[in-house]
This record gives sequence, C-alpha cells and structure tokens, in this order.
Amino acid sequence: MRAGVIVFPGSNCDRDCLHVLGDVLGQDAVEVWHAETSLDGLDAVILPGGFAYGDYLRAGAVAGTSPVMAAVRAFATSGGPVLGICNGFQVLLETGLLPGAMLRNRSLQFRCRPVHIRVESTRTPFTRGLREGQVLRLPIAHGEGSFYAPPALLSTIQDSEQVVFRYCDADGRVLPEANPNGSLNNIAGVCSPRGNVLGLMPHPERASEAILGSEDGRGIFESLIAFVASRHPVAVG
Amino acid sequence: MSTTLPVLDPRAVGLTLGEYEEIRRRLGRDPNLLELRLFGVMWSEHCGYKHSRLTLRALPAEGAALLQGPGENAGVMDIGGGWAVAFKVESHNHPSAVDPYNGAATGVGGIIRDVLSMGARPIALLDSLRFGSLDDPRTRRIATGVVAGIAGYGNCVGVPTVGGELLVDPRYRGNPLVNVVCLGLLRHEELARSRAGGEGNLVMYAGARTGRDGIGGAAFASEELDERSEREDRSSVQIGDPFTGKLLIESTLVALRGGGVVALQDMGAAGLTCAASEMAARGGVGMQVDLDRVPLREAGMRADEILRSESQERMLLVVRPEAAGRVAAVYEKWGLCAAIIGHVTNSPELRVTHQGRVAAALPPYTLADAPAYRPAASEPQQLWDRWKLEPLPPEADPQTALPALLGWPDIAGKRSIYEQYDHSVQVRTVVAPGAGDAAVLRVTELAPKGLALAVDGSGTLCALDPYRGARLAVAECAADLACVGAEPLGVTDGLNFGNPEDPEVFWTFRQAVVGIADACRALRIPVVGGNVSFYNESPDGPIPPTPVVAMVGLVEDVRRAPGMAFRGAGDLIVLVGDPASELGASTYLRAVHGMDRGRPRDVDFAVHQRVLAVVRDAVRAGLTRSAHDCSDGGVAVAVAESAIAGGVGAEIVLPAGGRRDAVLFGEASSRFVVSVGEDDAPALFALAGGAGVPVTVLGRTGGERLRAAVASAGTERRWDIDCDLDDLRTAYDVLAGVFA
Repeated sequence: MRAGVIVFPGSNCDRDCLHVLGDVLGQDAVEVWHAETSLDGLDAVILPGGFAYGDYLRAGAVAGTSPVMAAVRAFATSGGPVLGICNGFQVLLETGLLPGAMLRNRSLQFRCRPVHIRVESTRTPFTRGLREGQVLRLPIAHGEGSFYAPPALLSTIQDSEQVVFRYCDADGRVLPEANPNGSLNNIAGVCSPRGNVLGLMPHPERASEAILGSEDGRGIFESLIAFVASRHPVAVG
Repeated sequence: MSTTLPVLDPRAVGLTLGEYEEIRRRLGRDPNLLELRLFGVMWSEHCGYKHSRLTLRALPAEGAALLQGPGENAGVMDIGGGWAVAFKVESHNHPSAVDPYNGAATGVGGIIRDVLSMGARPIALLDSLRFGSLDDPRTRRIATGVVAGIAGYGNCVGVPTVGGELLVDPRYRGNPLVNVVCLGLLRHEELARSRAGGEGNLVMYAGARTGRDGIGGAAFASEELDERSEREDRSSVQIGDPFTGKLLIESTLVALRGGGVVALQDMGAAGLTCAASEMAARGGVGMQVDLDRVPLREAGMRADEILRSESQERMLLVVRPEAAGRVAAVYEKWGLCAAIIGHVTNSPELRVTHQGRVAAALPPYTLADAPAYRPAASEPQQLWDRWKLEPLPPEADPQTALPALLGWPDIAGKRSIYEQYDHSVQVRTVVAPGAGDAAVLRVTELAPKGLALAVDGSGTLCALDPYRGARLAVAECAADLACVGAEPLGVTDGLNFGNPEDPEVFWTFRQAVVGIADACRALRIPVVGGNVSFYNESPDGPIPPTPVVAMVGLVEDVRRAPGMAFRGAGDLIVLVGDPASELGASTYLRAVHGMDRGRPRDVDFAVHQRVLAVVRDAVRAGLTRSAHDCSDGGVAVAVAESAIAGGVGAEIVLPAGGRRDAVLFGEASSRFVVSVGEDDAPALFALAGGAGVPVTVLGRTGGERLRAAVASAGTERRWDIDCDLDDLRTAYDVLAGVFA
C-alpha cells in the first residue's frame, strides 16, 4: 500500500502516522504537503492530528480550505479510502466530507488519556478486519472533540450506519460515564455514506505497538492495508 | 569625580552608577541613549548572571559523555550510537505572576527554542510549579492559568509534556514559580551552536515578525514584584503563538540539515540585542545589523523597541552566503519570515544602523559579558531555632493521617493537571505521567533503549537547610530514575531565589549551589547548564530558596521499566534500604500537625549509590513488578500510592522502632517500596545481600483495602490503618477540585 499523510502547517501527528505505517507495518508511506494538488499514485490518504493552522479560528476550519483538500475530495469521491484522526477528523467535518460538527469538550479543557471505544460498524475499509462490538483501547488528546449533529442529521447518521465507533467502558457498555467529551450518543467516529471516509477522535497510531501500552489501533491500519490489497490484487511471486 | 550623565539616568534602565562608570570605561566614552538601554537589558540579572556567575563555577561540568556544557543555549550529552540529547531548564516566574496563561505558555516556547538552537528535535517537556496555598482565590487563578498556558502551548506545538511536579507553600503566594524543562534528541553531527563566525557570512532573521510585546522583559524579570505589577507590567509579558512555534521547529530542523548554517540562537530575553551580541561575542567577531530590514508587525517602531522586543518565535542565524537562498526558502515554505538583516565582520564591533544612521556601535563583549559580583552572604540566624523538634506533637490517628497526607497538594495525584497535557504525541512515551516515579521515553532510533526524566526540588526543605535541601533534590531525582531502571546521565538546574543583594538570600543561594555540586560529584554526573532566577520577592517577602533539579538518565531496555503501580494480588511488598526514618522536616509534621520544623536529613551518597544500584539492577533484571521511591509521607504513603495506581490493595506490617507515626510516615532517603513475585524474591534478596543493602518484607498485595500496622509484642493484630482503596483514591484526587 502506498499511503499519503497530509502535512498541514501545524499538523503534529504526521510523523507518528508515518512511523506506524512505514516502520511498524512496512508500508510505503509518504508526506503530502498541504499545497499539493494531486494525490496520484496513492492508495489511501490520512489526515493526521495536530493543530492545523493553529486552529485559532475553529478546529480544522482553515485547513479545510487548503489546496490539497480539493484533491482529497476528488480522491474520496472516486471511492479512495480517507482516514481523519483527531484534527484530521475535524478537517473532514469542516470540508463536509463527513457529517456533523465538533464542539469544545464538555469540560472545556483538553483531555489526554486512554479511552475505550466500541466498533459499531465493520463496513468501512478501516474496520472490515475488526469485529462488531469489539472494544479498542486508544488514547484521546483533544480539546474540541464533542461530536454534535442536529437531531435530523443525527438520525440519518445513525440510521444509515455511519456511526463507526462509540465511547464505552472496558466491557463495551456505552455509558454516559464512559463519554470523555460530551459527544452526542457517545459517538467517537463516523464515516461517509459510502463508508470510504472515516473520522475518529482517538489516536490509533499511538496504540499500535505493545510498548506504548496498547496495540488495539493497529487493526484499523491493518484493515486498510487488507482493503487496498483486495482492491488491487497483485500476483505473488 | 564628575560623571556626565546621559539624558536618561542609568538607574532608570536598572543600572547602578558604578555600572555606568564600567560602561564608560569599556567604551572609552559615554554610551548614547540607545546603547544605554541595551546595557540595561543585557546587564540585567536575567541576561547577565551578575550575582550568580562566580558561584556557579562550583558546579561540575565535565564528563566523558558531555558534548556541550554550560555557556550554550542548552547542554548536550552523548547517549551512544551516534545520538545525543540536549536539555535545559528555564524559569518564567515573573511573567506567570502577572499574566499566568501567557507567562507559562511563553516559558514553554522559550525553552523549546533553546533546545532547538542546539540542532535537536524537542521530544519532551517537564514542568516544575510552585504556588501559594490553593485555598487562596488569587493563587487558584494563577495556578489554573499556568496549567492552561502550558497546555495551550505544549499541546499545539506537538511536544509531549511527560511529567513535572507541583509544590505548595504560602510563601509563593505573591511570586509563583514556573520552571520548564525541555529535552531534545539529535545526531552528533547535527549539533549546532551559537558562535558566529566567518567574515561576510550573512545574519538572517527567521520566524515571526517583531512587535511591541515583551519590551524590557529581561529587566522586568530582574525586579521584585509589587502590587502594581499585575496591572502595570502586562506589556513586559510576551504573547506566545504555539502554531508559529511549531512551524519554527520544523523549518529550522530542515534548514539546519541542509548545511550552511554557521550558528543560530533564539531571540528570547533581550531579543535581537542579546542574540546578536552573544553570538558575535562567542565567536570573537563583529556584526553589522540593519534594523530597517527587520520584519516588523507595525510601522514606526523605534530602534530601541526593535532591539529589545521579546516577540516570540524568532531565531537569529548566521549563514554562508551561498546557503542563504536555500535557508530562506525553507522558512518561506513554512509561511515564516526570513530576512537578511546584516553580516559578520572582522572588526570587533556590533554596529547597528537604523534609517540610514548608525544607532549603536560597540564591542559585542561589552554587552554580552556583564560585570560579575560576589555578594555578601550571611547565615540566617533563626535557622537553628527551626531545627529544634521538641516538643513533638502527640501522635495523630494514622487512619485519618494517611488520607490527609494523600490529599496534601505536594503528594496528591496530579491527574487533573497532566490529563490537560498531551503526553503521548511523538509516540515515545512508555511511562506516562502518574505511572512511575520518572517519565520514560523510548528512543526508537536506539531500541530498546530509552531516556528517563525526573524533576525535584523542595523550597520548603531548602528554607530549613538549603545545602541539605539541594542535595536531597539531586538524590530524589536519582532515586526516581532508579525506579525505572535508569542510570543518571546529567542534570540541569533551575535556581529560584529572592534578592541576591540580601546577604541572607545570597547565603541560601550559595549553599544550594554547593549542595547540588557536591551531590552531582558524588553521583559522578555533570550539570550541563541551567537557569538562575533572582528577585523572586513580593511584598510578603522572598520565596523560599528553590533549586529545581531536573535529571536525565539512560534506560537500557524500556520493556523493563515497571512503573510504580502494584500489578496484581499475591506479590511480596519489600522495602529496600534501611527502614529507619525520622520525623524532622517531614511532610507528616507539616500536613498533619502544621509544623514546619526540623532539620532536613542529609543524604549519605555512598549508601544512596549502593541502594540505587540494587533497585536499578533489580528493575533491569525484570525482578520487580513495581518500584517506587519512598519519600514524602514515608512508607505508608509510598505503599498507598502504588496501591492507588494499580487499583490493588495491600496488607503490610512495619517493624517497630520508636513512635508509631515515625514508622509509618517518617522520611528517609535511599528507601524504596518494590513489589516482587514470590519466585523472584530470592534473586532480589541475593542482589541486595551482595551489596550490603537491607531488605524488609512488609507484606503482600491484594484485596481492595490498604491495611498497615506497626509490629507489636501483643498477640492480637490491630491494624493502625484500614482504609478502603476507593476512599484513599478520592483523597488522593483532591486537586481535581482545583484544576478539573
């Protein structure tokens, strides 16, 4: 798989994503500068966490207008897999590639700690290798992660199986006390109607090696790798 | 003798009349008004280290692994395999008192750029905080603002905040302390320095534009705070922009890797003046600087404003002419300013032009080498009285004393603080805040090796005995490192004191420096650099003498860094080290009895080294399931902390010896609480026995309660402490009421 990690000014998890994809999973992973206008040759695109453009206006708002985002939109429209992590998720919401919006955390403070999320849908390229109901332990690190959608949109998102992850306790129970930021219905990740664009607030790239305390995030990247391989069957030999 | 005073009285820029004479002597003439203002900031205590320089010479600054000692923007040490670490501590006390958010935020930004200036990628931050009583509304506003400022800058800039400490003492009420430590990683060949050189090389300004913020900040940092400060000194506080700070990190690292950069330095305290004069003075060269080419935020800035502005996120570089285009293009790609503002000359002069006229022309050293003083020192007489312990208060009920100690801010859990900091970005954090005595970062480049970091320093103890208190700080850091299996590598020290012209304050400073020096010599590690912050005074008086020690150590295998949490039921709980302890100057006396008395214990470094080696070797051999330094609050608190962290209870019986409260809560150095599986216990005992280090089996892990008793001759066991773990956790989480 050849994956591109978009680097906005202010991205700060780009190197972490490159490390996991390249060093840990042995994939071909490259940086894509935000001023690029082409994503030719890429099998997947990742929008990493950070504070693109400082997030001074609204998280992800300015990055959404970056030149590369037109190419990301075209890539997504053609069915290419796009993964937005944390700030990358916020950027995808701002561009309308994903439904909903992010509000500041209920606590009004940044929160960095491990959380549990439950896999709600395995129909996306990023979750096809996981089990529905599987519980993953991943860290969050955000100040604006309270997922919001107006009631009608929220119903649509839920009815059309666009909720991919929900915050839960260690046993997979979706409870108010397991919600770290006030997200509606404990929503931690959503996908596009087709499922090929996914955004989530927790950081799978920070939980892909046992030494960091959890390998649960790895399955998300491995699903993607398997998906890409299935799209482009190559002869083994 | 008659002295022609310039239009401005030198005292108005913080200089004495004697210093004015010295300036005249060095220049052979009167300085002009602009030059006088430059001397005002460069000869401030903050930039010039006038009252500390001669004393700091006592600190050991040698060692085989030392690649760069004091005198540069940060110290650098070899960690093997062609890699090195750069680290340094910096204070931002006065700005944080006046504008807590921005003061703390720019403290983070400033120390990151010091480490960046060495060519290192910043990989970790630690914060050492001191506040007045958290019951005081003003202190709460400062404390929450400081934490928010650290979070605001550190989270955005993408450098994890992996640890720190917070201590509370009413004497910090008017003058809180914010010391920030940054650690960076670099390859040997990437080591950069700030020594300008090469006639004709270009002086490049890079980063954010220069505005009217933080003007005279260095001078402000060198005065005592008073009631007016909060209202009137706001304009001396810089405003941080972590987004630009992040761009500056990435662009500068790319710029350096391409070659052609001869020297660089952050434009921090005293701004362009400091960077230009220090870089030229270090290289023994001259520099021509044209202020009309400095990128400005607003038109009409005066020469002295441009020169003294402490606008953040700016670097000054010396580049070879052929590299200038490439370096500028790197900064421009990242949306930053890059401007050639001058060149290196071989005349020994810093020549500054503005609007076509020479505004200042003087030898760089005259600014960069402030005079050094040896202030008077006298031992505070009341100290000896405070060492008297008798009469001791009656024993408190241990059942209530333990929760009280766990809720004492110095000991209490800092979860509500560190959860506001991104501590896992850069995917290096193996032992996260709250999980161990020291933070552990993996060095992926040298896997399975890693780095351990700890910071410590008690002003409360140093107020009782600054020499012993400083030694304790070094000893504590080394103990924290041992718990994660790390061997100490080097130290950076942040020295926070009151007015050095007060002989009693200066005596405490000298004692503390000698204490750090002796302790580091005993451990055979260098002090690679640090920071001195004087004039930490408010109308309430000086702060307690507060040396803050940050230590970096090497971990051989990060997979064997167990942390402090009990891991399950049935493990043996073992006290490594001499079980004897004392009540004098203990947290127990302060927190439970309101008694700030007694002489802090002295550390026997020969014993300390032996015990550290046993713990370190046991951890490295994978024998321990948890390891925790037994310090503030004694054995009972250490066991409680391991139990709370692991969610696993314990039952322990301590050997009798004197007062019950001394056995449970008394303090001593060189003691550790470790848990060990039954099968591994004999190996641990053999290791300790071989080193002549006593071990005492205290009990076992398990259950949902913490039960502790002091052994007695009686037949029936009565628990002195029998607490539900949840109740202890609630007591330990008290700071959530302030910070969450």
